[in-house]
Amino acid sequence: MSMDVRFEFALRMGDSCLVLAQQLSAWCGKAPVLEEDIALANTALDLIGQAKLWLGHAGEHEGKGRSADDLAFLRNSREFRNHLLTERPNGDYGQTLMRQFLFDAWHYEMIKGLTHSKEQAFAEIAEKALKEVTYHLDRSTDLIIRLGDGTDESHDRMQNALNALWPYVAELTTEDDVDKALASEGLAPDLADIKTRYDAYLQDTFAEATLVVPQGVGTKTGGKIGLHSEAHGYLLSEMQTLQRTYPDARW
Amino acid sequence: MTVPNAISESDVWACLKDVPDPEIPVVSLIELGIIRGVKIQDNVPEVTITPTYSGCPATAVIQLDVEAALAKAGFGHAKVVSKLSPAWTTDWITEQGREKLRAYGIAPPANEASCAGMLARGRATEIITCPRCESPTTERVSQFGSTPCKAHYRCLSCLEPFDYFKPI
Repeated sequence: MSMDVRFEFALRMGDSCLVLAQQLSAWCGKAPVLEEDIALANTALDLIGQAKLWLGHAGEHEGKGRSADDLAFLRNSREFRNHLLTERPNGDYGQTLMRQFLFDAWHYEMIKGLTHSKEQAFAEIAEKALKEVTYHLDRSTDLIIRLGDGTDESHDRMQNALNALWPYVAELTTEDDVDKALASEGLAPDLADIKTRYDAYLQDTFAEATLVVPQGVGTKTGGKIGLHSEAHGYLLSEMQTLQRTYPDARW
Repeated sequence: MTVPNAISESDVWACLKDVPDPEIPVVSLIELGIIRGVKIQDNVPEVTITPTYSGCPATAVIQLDVEAALAKAGFGHAKVVSKLSPAWTTDWITEQGREKLRAYGIAPPANEASCAGMLARGRATEIITCPRCESPTTERVSQFGSTPCKAHYRCLSCLEPFDYFKPI
């Protein structure tokens, strides 16, 4: 394979963290309660920090002098490798929380697996991120159960969110050539193993939350190879506006 | 020009002793376990620091504060490097650091953070003691607090809210 799988993988991890963090940040000052506002901002902060580590490594590995900032702010939509789930719109608070839970549960298994990567830089980032990601999953699991098994209103909102987001879940654990190459070299965990653990965790949590996984819905993929939804363009234009308008701006 | 005296590691540690954490200035960076090591190579000090949280905004300030303290002590040529692994853990906060946190109104991390990566459901519930009245009857208000490293708690005895330094 001519593609640099290490670079691709670092972008997939970094871009997913970055795009999700950008979306979470939009709740700052607007979340339903103060504690949730603070929690989302702090989660976003952790994810931005992790994105910086992944993209910083990607740029270093690429060797063309691109920094984490260059990669975050000066690439077009087709060059982003985030999973489609992370670019789904915030929607209501239920949708934001469900998206977070679906991501956190996958992220936790991935990061745990990556602590054993033969690529030292991946293992070091994972070792650092694991503590943060564990905390995120603890929080989102707790909320999914409380709101799913809550009032009629909260239950319906969580179920609607799950129905809307489910088509985007498969991409997280569907392996392509990049994933296969990474797994065969011991650089990243085998996505089939991740899927087994991920599915089991979702099943347990949804059972407790009285939520039902929708059946017979199609799946959507493409984010990992740079094919994004319409929402992605708007998201990037907002995130990148300063660096695009004032190239090389400094504080 | 005079030949400078050989620099020792303890000189460098001494000049870093009073550099406070920018967010929680009652504790020093050394007490928090953020300064991971000092090396002298060819009479040039190299100080290794480690971030607490990946996205902690204080990380950049900490690097600057360390550089400033070194420059002030005459080690302007010193190098400050950041290292991710081994990842920072609250287990590295010294006893003295913990006492200072408590006196400042922040409950120090309760148990060993060796459970890194273990979900809460598999862990025993921690008993968080109120830093003001020492009551063990407290409840969590929010998993996050005023900074990424803290959670928000409330004492059910004295009814005061307080920050809890999360074990990681």
